[in-house]
Amino acid sequence: MTKEKLVDAIANMRDQEAIQIAKQMLDAGVDPHVVLEAGHEAMAIVGERYERKEYYLPELVVAGEILKEIAELAKPKIRGETAAQTTPRGKVVIGTVEGDIHDIGKEIVAFMLEVNNYQVFDLGVDVPAERFVEKIREVNPEIVGMSGFLTLAFDQMRLTVEAIKEAGLRDKVKIMIGGAPMDEEAAKYIGADAYGEDAAAAVKLANQWTGGN
Amino acid sequence: MEKSPEELYQERVKRVLDACTGKVPDRVPIMGPYELFVYNYAGVTIKEAMNDYALARRACHKFLDDFQPDADFGPVLAYPAKPMEFLGVKWFKWAGHGLGDNIMYQFTEGEYMKAEEYDEFIYDPSHFMATKWLPRSFKALEGFAGFPPMRLMMWFGWTGLLTAFANPEMQQALQNAIEAGKQLSEWFASLGQYTQEIKQKGFPLAYGAFSWPPFDIIGDTLRGTRGIMSDMIRRPDKLLKALEITTQLCIEYGSAAAGADLPLTWIWMHKGSEGFMSDEQYATFYWPFLKRAIEGLVERGCIVVIYCEGNDTPRLKYFVDVPKGKVVYHFATMDMAKAKEMLHGIAAISGNVPNRLLLTGTPDDVKAYCKWLIDTVGKDGGYIMDTSALLDEAKPENVKAMFEFTREYGVYR
Repeated sequence: MTKEKLVDAIANMRDQEAIQIAKQMLDAGVDPHVVLEAGHEAMAIVGERYERKEYYLPELVVAGEILKEIAELAKPKIRGETAAQTTPRGKVVIGTVEGDIHDIGKEIVAFMLEVNNYQVFDLGVDVPAERFVEKIREVNPEIVGMSGFLTLAFDQMRLTVEAIKEAGLRDKVKIMIGGAPMDEEAAKYIGADAYGEDAAAAVKLANQWTGGN
Repeated sequence: MEKSPEELYQERVKRVLDACTGKVPDRVPIMGPYELFVYNYAGVTIKEAMNDYALARRACHKFLDDFQPDADFGPVLAYPAKPMEFLGVKWFKWAGHGLGDNIMYQFTEGEYMKAEEYDEFIYDPSHFMATKWLPRSFKALEGFAGFPPMRLMMWFGWTGLLTAFANPEMQQALQNAIEAGKQLSEWFASLGQYTQEIKQKGFPLAYGAFSWPPFDIIGDTLRGTRGIMSDMIRRPDKLLKALEITTQLCIEYGSAAAGADLPLTWIWMHKGSEGFMSDEQYATFYWPFLKRAIEGLVERGCIVVIYCEGNDTPRLKYFVDVPKGKVVYHFATMDMAKAKEMLHGIAAISGNVPNRLLLTGTPDDVKAYCKWLIDTVGKDGGYIMDTSALLDEAKPENVKAMFEFTREYGVYR
C-alpha cells in the first residue's frame, strides 16, 4: 500500500512527498529493500515515459536525485542480507571516446539501459581505444556503446572499432554509436552496427540485439 | 574593372545584411564560425593558435584569402591560453591544459552556483559573481570570496567595507586580476588588429557581440545542465525569478553589436533543443525569456543570430514569433523545408551543411547537399550557407566545394 504510494510519488515527481514516505516506511521498520525496490519500480515507469516522450531530461535527473536521497536513507538500515538480484538482460560497455569529454548524453543512455535491466559498465569520458578493448575482454559484453560530440569522434570511433577488430573481439559484440554529429552514414564510416538518435533508440537497439522486442 | 577592397567590403556587408533582413541579395552569402578547421588548414595546431596570437592571425588570413567568406570571425574562437592558464580556469579544458595539442577546448560540467544560492544571485547578481562565481571559476581569483558588497558602501558604510582590501588574499586576487587584464588586453589588441587588416582587404567582421539565452546563462556555467534540469521541477519559482535577471544579462551581453557594420549578435543556444525538455517546459522556462531578450536586442539596433546546436524542428512554432527581418536562425539538425515554409518573410535561416559530410563525404556529395539547400531554403533570399556546427575536422576540398559551389550556383537572377 505505502510502497505503491512511494512508487507513485517518485514516478510523478513529487519529490518531497516521496522522501517523506520513504522516511516513514523506514521508521516504521519496513524492510529497506522494499523501499529500494519501490525506487526501482518508479524508475522503470520514468524510463517508459521517457521513451514515450512524456518525460525529458528534467524528469530523469529528478528521479535520479530522489532515488539517491532515498538510497541514502535506506542504506544504513540494511543489515547483511542482500536483495535478490535479477539476472541482467545483457551487458553493455559504454564510454565517450578519446579526446572528447562530453558526458551528459552518454550518462542518459547508461541510465536508460540500467533502468531496462542491462548491466552497464560506464568507462566515463576521454576513453582510449585500448580501454574499450580491455573492458570488453574483462566483462564480455554483448553490446558496446560509443559516444562523441566533436567531429574528432568520427575517426576516434573508427579507430576504436579497428582496435576491437584487431583484438579479435569484433564478432562478439554489437556496437552502437550516438552523439550530436552522428547519423546512419557515420555508423557506416565508423564500422559500427548502428546509430541511435537518443537513449530510447539505444534501448530499442539493445533489446533487438539481445533477442527481444 | 576589378573592384576595390572598399567596394568589395560594401558589397559583402550589403549581401549579408540583405540575407539577414529578408531582402533578396545578389547571391547566397556564405560565412560561419569555424574553429579548428581554420588552423588545421594553415598547418597550425589549436594549441599554437591559442598561445601565439600573431600565428593565429596569420592562419586566419590564409583561410580568408583562400576561401573568401562574405564575413569573417577571425581568431576570436581560439581563446587565449596564456591568461586562461594564469587565471586557472576551472570549468574549461583546452589544448595543453587537460587536452591534447590539437583537440578543441571543451567545457567541464559542474555546479558553479548551488541550488540554495538562487536568492543570493537574484538579490545581487554582481555580488554573487564576485564572491562565489569568480572564486569557483578561477584559481587565481579565489581571494575575491571576501569581496565587500558594493551596495552597502554609501554614507559611512565604506569604512568597514574597505577593510576587505587590507586582506592579503584579496590583494593577491586583485594583483592577479590586474595581470590577467594586461594579458587579455594583448589578446583583444590582436583581435582589433585583425579586424582592421581584413577590412582593408574588403571583408567585414561577422560578429558584433556574443550572448547566450537566458536559460543557458544559468544552465551552462552557473547551475550546470543537471542542476537546471532539476530546478525546473524542484525549484521552478526560483528559476523563473533568476531567468528574469538573465534575460537582462543576455541583452547586456549582446547589445555591443549595435552600430557595427554588421550588427550581428550571436546567441549560442545549447540547451533548448529537442530532447532536453518537453514542449510545455520549453514554453515555460525557455522561449518566453529568449523571445524577450531577442526583442530587447532588436530594439537596441542588433540583428540576432540564434545559433541552434541541436534538433530544433519542434521549436519552429515558437521561432516564428519574433520581430520581422531582424532574426537569423542557424540550424544544425532541422527539417529545412518546413523551416523555410514557416519562417520565410519572418526570419532568415543559415547552416545545416552536415559537418560529418564535410569530413567523410566527397566534393560532389557536398555540392549536391548545397544545391538542395540553395534550391529549397535559398529560394527568394533569406538564407546564409553555413555548416551545421562550428567546423573542426573537415577535408579542405569539401569545404572548398561548399564555398565555390555557393558562389557559382547561389547567384539570384
